Amino acid sequence: MILSVIVVLGSLVSVLVVILVRGAPALSVSMLTQSSTGGYYLGGAGGILNAIVGSAYLVCGATGIALVISLPTALYLNEYASRSRLASFARQSLDVLWSVPSIIYGVFGFTIMVYFGIRASLLGGILALAMLELPIMIRAMDEVMRMVPLKLKESSYALGATKLETALNVIVRQALPGVTMGVLLAVGRAIGDAASVLFTAGYTDSIPRSLFDPVASLPLAVFFQLATPFPEVQQRAYASGLILLVIVLSLSVASRILTRRAAAYAIK
Amino acid sequence: MLSATILSSLIVIAIAFVLLEKSTLILTTHSLSELLLSSSWHPAQNEFGFYPYIVGTLWVTGLAMAISTVPSLLMSIYLAEYAQARVRSIIKPMVDLLAGIPSVVYGLWALLLIVPLIRNQVAPLLGVTTTGYTVLAGGIVLAVMVTPITISISEEVIRAVPQPIREASMALGATRWQTVKHAVIRSAFPGIIAAIILGFGRAFGETIAVLMVVGNVAKVPASVFDPAYPIPALIANNYGEMMSIPSYESAFMFAALLLLLIVLAFSIVAAVLLVGIKRRYAVG
Repeated sequence: MILSVIVVLGSLVSVLVVILVRGAPALSVSMLTQSSTGGYYLGGAGGILNAIVGSAYLVCGATGIALVISLPTALYLNEYASRSRLASFARQSLDVLWSVPSIIYGVFGFTIMVYFGIRASLLGGILALAMLELPIMIRAMDEVMRMVPLKLKESSYALGATKLETALNVIVRQALPGVTMGVLLAVGRAIGDAASVLFTAGYTDSIPRSLFDPVASLPLAVFFQLATPFPEVQQRAYASGLILLVIVLSLSVASRILTRRAAAYAIK
Repeated sequence: MLSATILSSLIVIAIAFVLLEKSTLILTTHSLSELLLSSSWHPAQNEFGFYPYIVGTLWVTGLAMAISTVPSLLMSIYLAEYAQARVRSIIKPMVDLLAGIPSVVYGLWALLLIVPLIRNQVAPLLGVTTTGYTVLAGGIVLAVMVTPITISISEEVIRAVPQPIREASMALGATRWQTVKHAVIRSAFPGIIAAIILGFGRAFGETIAVLMVVGNVAKVPASVFDPAYPIPALIANNYGEMMSIPSYESAFMFAALLLLLIVLAFSIVAAVLLVGIKRRYAVG
């Protein structure tokens, strides 16, 4: 049993160490601050700023949309229709959505985009990632809101608050730690996901200036740099992988800190 | 709020519907048995035999589950039953960290460590020559990716077994391990199966990490040291070409639909098992 613990934790350590050791030598300031130039994938100068900024745009947009949909959904599921058939249907379908492979989001998003005539762009990537983040966020929020003590809600109603007021002021505030954790979990997943943006967001050397421009993303940057036959570019792929890993790990740490901060508003 | 809920619950149905609709083209021109059992994949001649891809997917996923199930189970038992609170509070975040690492990074790690390991150490040990881009590499990386999910779900399920069951078993004179094996695990069994099934579903659909190390050769693999071509990798590698030829595109939509249906089936079975467990131990 201890052996299995060692194997599992050992593989985590191994992943971190290998990426760090192979990626660090190729890391440089120019990688972080410059966009790709024309010859970048053939060994030319430049960096992956386009991918870093592109990923940031994608994830911000996707998280915004997903939040706008998921928070009302979670509130509705918990407050207004907890036992109804719609609620159980919604929960089931969201559970299924949670397990859907991300490439299917890419395929689906791509088909919808073709139908509407949108090209591979920031918009397409945002939609695909929003669909990816949605079930993660809703599930996390749902779990946390379920644990809000009934007495808290009853006290709020007893003071004359409407359902909406209770939902917004009491439940969300109490559930804020879990909501924050859910959101950051989803963000971490979305930043690292390549399969869903492969078809929908395209790839480019520049930073997009409108919603309809193609956008580079970090996972794809790693993937494409790895696919070149030039060792220097492959080295840069390792460094990009390290950057991605660092971003995801810091998100993880940040989510723990923010969750603890948000718990200041919750009543134990 | 209502509209948001309806919207989110309809997404899965929309996906299934769109994929089904786009697959009808290929389903009407080819019989199901030809699609699933034929090995000839020549899109230009309108032949779409998915058999090597299906078998490749099953090989890689099966191997991943074979590797990851026992360690995950043992680790979740350890975390739920044996670990002290402090140890648990260190290990659990590490497992969550493992769950959060992006799949490209896993693929990179496997490319840098596992593939050379297989090529230079493992295969010569068994007298086999290989490039290292094998079913084994894909299976190992998938196993590492699936383990955190399986661990976290089974750990929750094991912890949810009510304390009186353990106490009753110990009162009858059972040792710690006997209690765990006969009382706790038996009670948590449906949940553990659900965790494994959910992990299986995840392994099935994982694209990027596997694509980077599994070789992408469309032949039925003869051993774990052969390359394979799982269905998600097939879709990801060929998306550019699929747009131009309707039958090609329809074939890929069918492949995606297959994936979706299998994952759906797993997800429903796992959900049923987990609901059964919750109902058994419901605390109102």
